[in-house]
Amino acid sequence: MTSPLHKEKGAELSRRDILKSGAALATVTLAPGVTLMAFGGKKAAAGEDMPADGLKPGARWGLLIDAAKCPEDCSACVSACSAELGWENNGLETDPQWIRKVTLRDKETGRTNSLPVMCQHCESPPCVDVCPTGASFKREDGIVLVNRHTCIGCRYCMMACPFKARSFVFAPVSDQKSIAPRGIGTVEGCTLCVHKIDRGDGTTACVEACTATGNNAMMFGDLNDPESEIAIAVATYASVELRADLGLNLGVRYQNI
Amino acid sequence: MKNLLTSLLAVLALAIAPAHAQELFPSIPKALGEPHPEGNEYWRINHPALLAHDRDLVVLEGIRDVDASLVGCVVCHAVNGPDQGPVPMPVDAGSPDNSCQVCHQFVAIEIGCFVCHASVPSKEDVAMILPQYSADDEGWRDYMEDLAALQEAPQ
Ligand code: SF4
Ligand code: SF4
Repeated sequence: MTSPLHKEKGAELSRRDILKSGAALATVTLAPGVTLMAFGGKKAAAGEDMPADGLKPGARWGLLIDAAKCPEDCSACVSACSAELGWENNGLETDPQWIRKVTLRDKETGRTNSLPVMCQHCESPPCVDVCPTGASFKREDGIVLVNRHTCIGCRYCMMACPFKARSFVFAPVSDQKSIAPRGIGTVEGCTLCVHKIDRGDGTTACVEACTATGNNAMMFGDLNDPESEIAIAVATYASVELRADLGLNLGVRYQNI
Repeated sequence: MKNLLTSLLAVLALAIAPAHAQELFPSIPKALGEPHPEGNEYWRINHPALLAHDRDLVVLEGIRDVDASLVGCVVCHAVNGPDQGPVPMPVDAGSPDNSCQVCHQFVAIEIGCFVCHASVPSKEDVAMILPQYSADDEGWRDYMEDLAALQEAPQ
């Protein structure tokens, strides 16, 4: 396995060696409870040689989806998401839907359009506004998540989201993926594959799957990096936000809808 | 909270009690991997706070390289279960033999973690935490064999 996590594990062992050698004795001889700061954040503890960890400062991760390239009968992105994150949709109304294929129809002309819709990672997310516990939150890099440790399952965010992007876990779950813990009584939605972003994959499961089909309808990247493919694409070609009238400044943009 | 502390202190006190008090103390299964440099007693008392602290680093700040990770717990502290078909698996947190449950049932404290987190590691989890095992069937077999040997070894 070649993930950076693996490398970092090596760094952890070396930090433990430091602890064992007594070099960091000050941190371990603090009173119990005060020692907490010695744990985690090994970046600080292990010094300069650590690989970058944590979120990329100043980033705004987003997606650009070209509906013209997305055939109605393809749902590779949905299957990939389900396989990567370990959720299943068996057609029940209570089933989770982190991403779904939606067909739009122009009432006047009859033109139809098929596109994947997931959490739009709003810059001003209504789900965060209404959450009574702070469980619904936006990371510094623009990714909107549910912290299930503090989510009380009130479902306010589900009502507030203009895109129906969140679902509630109704039944006990087993065999979760370790990269995507999920369980009864909490709300969930697209995480923009935050586990992949944090380990530096630079893509999401849905985008990988879409590219693999050859349709190339989805693009992932940092909207704030003027050099990135996605930033150049949105600066060059027309794209829109869903429900732009709400002024939420979405991280997901669409072309040809 | 006070009850919790009392129970934990009781566990600790029993841990240092003489051998004849063995039956009063849960028999904690041995674990794979490097021992905790801070010592078992430290982790027995502080693991809830350590896990809570590091989970906030992971979830809120995306810092995934942490010491107290639940995946680390379930990989190193796994207990091999009764053979379930062709692929042997460790027991999950529903079993009283599960490492976490051995103590938690003894002190009557429910574990909330496994409502959402997997209590049995995947091949990838094992290879990530213990790089000596590969993330394939062979690595898994070695891992399960080592777990079995560990638990047959005299305490
Ligand atoms: S799309 Fe919905 S769930 Fe996603 S950030 Fe916006 S309001 Fe929140
Ligand atoms: S369901 Fe959870 S995340 Fe959503 S508003 Fe309630 S507490 Fe917040």
